[in-house]
Amino acid sequence: MTDQAVAGETGTGREVGRSRLRKEDARLITGQTTWTDNIQVAGMLHLAVLRSPMAHARITRVDVAPALERPGVLAAFSGADLAEGLGSLPCAWPVTEDIVLPDHPPIAVEEVRYAGDPVAVVVARDRYAAADALEAIEVDYDPLPPVLDLEDALAEGAPLVHSDKGTNRCYTWPLATGESFAAVRERAEVTIKRRYHQQRLIPSAMEPRAVVVTPLAASGEYTMYSATQIPHILRIMLATVTGIPEHKLRVIAPDVGGGFGSKLQVYGEEVLALAVARRLGRPVKWTESRSEGHLATHHGRGMIQDIEVAATREGRLLGLKVDLLADMGAYLMLVTPGIPILGAFMYPAIYKMDSYEFTCTGVFTTRTPTDAYRGAGRPEATFAIERIMDELAAELGLDPVELRRRNWIRHEEFPYTTIAGLTYDSGDYEAATAKALALFGYDGLRAEQRERAERGDPVRLGIGVSTFTEMCGLAPSRVLRDLRYGAGGWEAASIRMLPTGKVEVVTGTSPHGQGHETCWSQIAADVLGVPFEDVEVLHGDTRSSPQGMDTYGSRSLAVGGEAVHRAATTVVDKARKVAAHLLEASEQDLEFREGVFSVKGSPEARRSIQEIAFEAFTNHDLPDGVEPSINAEHVVDPENFSFPHGTHLCAVEVDTETGRTWIRSYVCVDDVGHVVNPMIVEGQVHGGLAQGIAQALYEEAVYDDEGNLVSGSMADYLVPSAADLPEFVTDRTETPASSNALGVKGVGEAGTIASTPAVVNAVVDALRPLGVTDVRMPCTPERVWRAVREATA
Amino acid sequence: MTHIKVNVDGTIYEDDVEPRLLLVHYLRDRLGLTGTPIGCDTSNCGACTVDLDGATAKSCSVLAVQADGCAVTTVQGLAKDGEWTPLQRAFHEQHGLQCGYCTPGMIMAARDLLRENPHPTAEEVRGALEGNLCRCTGYQNIVRAVLAAAGQQDGSGTQAQAPSGQQVTEEATA
Repeated sequence: MTDQAVAGETGTGREVGRSRLRKEDARLITGQTTWTDNIQVAGMLHLAVLRSPMAHARITRVDVAPALERPGVLAAFSGADLAEGLGSLPCAWPVTEDIVLPDHPPIAVEEVRYAGDPVAVVVARDRYAAADALEAIEVDYDPLPPVLDLEDALAEGAPLVHSDKGTNRCYTWPLATGESFAAVRERAEVTIKRRYHQQRLIPSAMEPRAVVVTPLAASGEYTMYSATQIPHILRIMLATVTGIPEHKLRVIAPDVGGGFGSKLQVYGEEVLALAVARRLGRPVKWTESRSEGHLATHHGRGMIQDIEVAATREGRLLGLKVDLLADMGAYLMLVTPGIPILGAFMYPAIYKMDSYEFTCTGVFTTRTPTDAYRGAGRPEATFAIERIMDELAAELGLDPVELRRRNWIRHEEFPYTTIAGLTYDSGDYEAATAKALALFGYDGLRAEQRERAERGDPVRLGIGVSTFTEMCGLAPSRVLRDLRYGAGGWEAASIRMLPTGKVEVVTGTSPHGQGHETCWSQIAADVLGVPFEDVEVLHGDTRSSPQGMDTYGSRSLAVGGEAVHRAATTVVDKARKVAAHLLEASEQDLEFREGVFSVKGSPEARRSIQEIAFEAFTNHDLPDGVEPSINAEHVVDPENFSFPHGTHLCAVEVDTETGRTWIRSYVCVDDVGHVVNPMIVEGQVHGGLAQGIAQALYEEAVYDDEGNLVSGSMADYLVPSAADLPEFVTDRTETPASSNALGVKGVGEAGTIASTPAVVNAVVDALRPLGVTDVRMPCTPERVWRAVREATA
Repeated sequence: MTHIKVNVDGTIYEDDVEPRLLLVHYLRDRLGLTGTPIGCDTSNCGACTVDLDGATAKSCSVLAVQADGCAVTTVQGLAKDGEWTPLQRAFHEQHGLQCGYCTPGMIMAARDLLRENPHPTAEEVRGALEGNLCRCTGYQNIVRAVLAAAGQQDGSGTQAQAPSGQQVTEEATA
């Protein structure tokens, strides 16, 4: 792996590109953490939530009085008790003008619409007393029919999730570019149509959600600690929902134990904790149990994908048609409707074609709401196109890598505007693929595969390819406007040069495992020419970091890191003015190198930027117009998305007699542009791969016919362990992004987006000689075994 | 209420507790030892793993009263005088953690493995950590960390003296 340093314009290039060990680790490996559930406040009460045991029912009676008799209970509220004064939970992404936007009370009042919908709360002196008291609450339900199947839900006369809306259709979002698909289908020599199922997934961040609210009654101020990815967005939304003025709300995301999209949300429990703390004037804590989280933390994926591809006999793609049904679940949460739309632009992937037609229909069901889960729309798109490319290769008798090569954008064609309308600024699919094939030993594995198939080995070898790209670095505000997203895509950073020369980097990103404290320190240290150790990164507190768009969509480095870079550059510009005064030279005569200003030609006249910070603090006679501060802030609105890409290759062994599948080798070469910290980038890739592989082989949120979540605990939902995953071989190519000064693209989601189709392609490839053309995810032993049985029957 | 006396990380605590109180809640809510987190309610995730009289236990699956008279070691009791153990150092140097929520349990489970098997293979490490879930790392660097820590132990399995975390060269070498 090349750990090449990248020099910023004013930087020394000593830090960026280095595998700095993480600043975050010391507290995490010694147990000195501040998880939200660790927080104890004097007089704190514990909130517990009673949830609907039914998928769909009318609430006919709620009696919380018996709970009040229980020891240690201070209060109990039904939905009706709390509803007054609370608005609907927000949906910030109404993707079409005529989208159906149902009311979403933070706690159900008249009707429950998924198993897990909150119906009542109790507040008690400790968590055990609160949990006990839930059992005393009496609720009567009048059952209504569940709505579970996406196609049935759209049928005439289907039972309705939201009866006042008259339909389960949330929206239909179309996109059509280039020639009509009907026209290219007409002249195509080959067309292939497939249906793929994106199962529902449970994000499963290791830290369950938790929230602590401390009210200050005298001034009407509230501080909320929450295990959230989005303290800034949460603050605004809480003000909107509860009516508490925004300036009286402080939201803190302390140490947050993973998110993967599941904490990119404004949850009912956050609103309820705030409402109850406000009403009682006491600090309140709510912490979900894992099983409660399976019901009430949003789910991911959940789509039916109909995809059709038209091509020539030589394997040139002519067009692509995609029709999606996307499971919204019972309500629209923060960005629920937009998730499939993030994928809409990615189905054409790295390929050139003449026609693209896409529609997505969002459908309400009586299940836990869906929303962002690592990759958010892009894994689904990548899965469908990369799966059908393998089917097309099989149909044409071409090697799947060769088919991709015949269609991908060549490196000399960048920047390239795809049929979906995105302009990919840079990439080199040839280089990444060549490197991956060599590391994988592709030809040798193909030879072994043939040999084993010929001798009828019951354990088959399969090889899967995925040449993915994604759009990340969310997002250019102009594009978000066109997509009807409710906010911009900017990010803020400020740099405070403390008088003693130490540096505070204040970021609007909100890390929960990514290592921003380390990487932002590297960026700032380089530009300012100060020691890495002299930089502290402040984040996740709306009081210390007042402006931010938070962390999701692999945006933090490409947008937030860029903001840090620009703010630091402005600090240098401002320091130059002070230096010119102190050194009695003109600004033009100053050089800035490794943190030191010196006068050209007289190197003894010098001041470090850290000294200048002190001088700015103490100086009594700065010239007019020179500010006595070298602090700076920047808000960056990205000019384009960034487009990481890579080639992933997976070899699986599939036992055709038992259905057992295991990964023999996994090689990926990712191009995420320049890297700030190669060690952290590699770690992000590993974790992403694990989650993508988990979708391919292990995980599924399963519901029964009544709409009960069967995989309702970690005992039933298979988050893979170390024993379930292989050793990965990872490498990189480096084609810098042109849309930011750092040349970075983002890496948080890449592994997840790329790996799922690589694994399933490998499973199908192993079984294709037996007549198998698809195995539905997750490819469990039972599903693989059944696929083999059906194909060979 | 039941009276218990427990040695936690070298300090002896005496308390009256409800018989149903879980050890992990005793540690976190009563003693304020929040270094041991809770990740699930079915004993699958292992985040709450501690050492109970020389063997690992998931502290969500042990009652506080069962720990009466026992010695409990948590992740907070590992470093001595600010000096990290080889395992803690290896998790740092091998980037064996991201969000860090599973890390206390991982370190405690790995410590138990290395006590039983001072020089495990990568596969043995994966098998031994099967009861500890991590959602961030894909486990690869956790396995590297445990193998690296094993390499720093002497033949008897006792862990060699390590320099303080602060003195470590702050750059990955892998």
